[in-house]
Amino acid sequence: MTDITTLPASAATPATRSKTFNYQRWLNRSLHYLVLSALAVITVYPFWWTLVTAVSTAGKVYAFPPALLPTEPGLQNFLEVFQTINVWAFYKNSILISGATVVGTLIICSLAAYPIARMRFAGRNFVFGAIVATMILPSEVNFLINFITVSKLGLTDTISGVVLPNLAGAVGIFLMKQAFEAVPQDLIDAAKVDGANEWEVFWKIMLPLAKPALGALAILTLVSAWNQYIWPSIVMTSVENFPLSVGVSYLKGAFSFKTRLVAAGAVLTVLPILIMFLFTQRYFLRGFEGAVK
Amino acid sequence: MAELKLKQLQKTYEDGPTVIHGINLDIRDGEFMVFVGPSGCGKTTTLRMIAGLEDISGGELIIGKQVVNDVPAAKRGVAMVFQSYALYPHMTVRENMGFGLRLAKQPKADVEAAVHRAADILQITHLLDRKPKALSGGQRQRVAIGRAIVRKPDVFLFDEPLSNLDASLRIQMRIELAKLHKELATTMVYVTHDQVEAMTLGDRIAVFNGGRIEQVGTPLALYEKPANLFVAGFLGSPRMNFLPSKVAGHGLQLADKAELDIQLPLPDGTPVTIGVRPEHIGLGYEGLAAVVDIVEHLGDTQIAYVRVKDIKDPLAVKLASNHTPPANGSTVRIAITPETCHVFGEDGKVMMPVRREETVLA
Ligand SMILES: Nc1ncnc2c1ncn2[C@@H]1O[C@H](COP(=O)(O)OP(=O)(O)O)[C@@H](O)[C@H]1O
Ligand SMILES: [Mg+2]
Repeated sequence: MTDITTLPASAATPATRSKTFNYQRWLNRSLHYLVLSALAVITVYPFWWTLVTAVSTAGKVYAFPPALLPTEPGLQNFLEVFQTINVWAFYKNSILISGATVVGTLIICSLAAYPIARMRFAGRNFVFGAIVATMILPSEVNFLINFITVSKLGLTDTISGVVLPNLAGAVGIFLMKQAFEAVPQDLIDAAKVDGANEWEVFWKIMLPLAKPALGALAILTLVSAWNQYIWPSIVMTSVENFPLSVGVSYLKGAFSFKTRLVAAGAVLTVLPILIMFLFTQRYFLRGFEGAVK
Repeated sequence: MAELKLKQLQKTYEDGPTVIHGINLDIRDGEFMVFVGPSGCGKTTTLRMIAGLEDISGGELIIGKQVVNDVPAAKRGVAMVFQSYALYPHMTVRENMGFGLRLAKQPKADVEAAVHRAADILQITHLLDRKPKALSGGQRQRVAIGRAIVRKPDVFLFDEPLSNLDASLRIQMRIELAKLHKELATTMVYVTHDQVEAMTLGDRIAVFNGGRIEQVGTPLALYEKPANLFVAGFLGSPRMNFLPSKVAGHGLQLADKAELDIQLPLPDGTPVTIGVRPEHIGLGYEGLAAVVDIVEHLGDTQIAYVRVKDIKDPLAVKLASNHTPPANGSTVRIAITPETCHVFGEDGKVMMPVRREETVLA
């Protein structure tokens, strides 16, 4: 008897529970998206404001509350930027500097990460610990010592001077180390038995398998090399060597302070990297998935 | 083509225990040698030392005529098939199989020809342009074997290559491996924990236990003349029955009053262990009294597990499939012939009885 009465009751419970559960889930989701949207607005708004300022040709720049939409939109500001500074030359410098930084970083970081990830040697943990420790310091701390080094080497006002100090980054080494550690030992052993030496294992097995991480590191490095401002402005002394990020500051130079021109210059600087990122975003995220888990 | 000599081979892992305690083994040219033993006994470690993937801590390893202790894996002329297959995921089957030859800077045409020949033998020609991801377990296994064949090594090393396959595929691959060995006639060292694989594939078997080799011999020799308790218990399914016993005057005293007519030159009371295989115990009207625990019918045979007074473990008795199975719980009589008995001393080593008589115990 008791069996018969308890059975339907227990069968009914999951249904009621799932109803309340769904409601909670809905509430959770809504909150989730509310917070995410707020974050998105906070992050995106400065960019939006810059864009609005760059394409507006009338109205107050520093109106409050700030304008959400451009007034009398047009491209005059951009035209004026092209007339004021040599945008194409700056682009060329930016491309050279970021290109060299990306290639150099991929080489140096993977070469540094491989032994840390896959070889046994005395002091391995110490070396890795020291590399990770540098992440704590802001990069500005290095400017002084790096500048002294660069000038002693006679590299001021050269692309090498801007690029070299940035190649061995802790983040890149860390990322590559994670990727190399994820490769099963059997693959390395199989390659060794197949006749590969250490270099061939690295080049033909490890690097191809670390492609997602290499891709992520490439994009990460590209963005930061393209956008860097202070370091190239310290190293480069002649205007014709400036990357775009530094060159744009000339827009607020000797003449009156033209905020709309600076905004247009900023848009010109960010635009290529933004487009690039949009296209490679998926690859970028995949690289981190594999590396960080 | 090469013979292999292991001389007092030793392995101690860095800040770890010694896991291989000086083993000696001669593997003949063209021989199929199987390493078998329970998990963790050092089979893989030994194989990896032969491959050059693990440093040798002591002793000598000779491949062909050369001591290769310090020769890197790449230069030892060995090929290895891993349990995990270890196919390079970013390469097609063709590239996987040709990898070794390409590293050796062989002309493209030669590599292609060798890959095709191996693919032919293994019937994987239609898979050559696939990536490993798009292959089934059995196909991956074939590719892994193909990659080893292509390089025409002096020695093949296999580390439990079939253990990730399902039962029917395992049997099929086992047969193909045996054929492959006949065809290539190359020295092969094959690690497994599966005694059926060991018995069916090996020209000879080396039984490993705790970092030592217990016995080396042909499958039949190991089965019929195990040198010690470990080998006796490891090979055979169900395993050999062990009966504790004592030397008593003119024979061996089993449980209770039963006596076996096996004479040993030992003082009375010396404890020994009698080993007898399930197929050598008869069920009949005379002999030792035993109570039937359970009877398993395996189709082609039946295994009766019976309990004998004063013997801890039940004894397995193999019966013909048409034998009327005794009822569970019924009392039966079991008969053991001295000629089929193995006698092991206290140290676990087999002892040769001085005289065996053809009498059945009573
Ligand atoms: N890299 C290693 N470091 C330390 N000990 C190891 C290592 N590899 C294996 N061992 C130990 O060596 C013993 C033998 O292992 P292994 O050769 O893999 O056994 P098997 O292949 O027979 O199962 C085991 O006790 C194992 O724990
Ligand atoms: Mg193993």
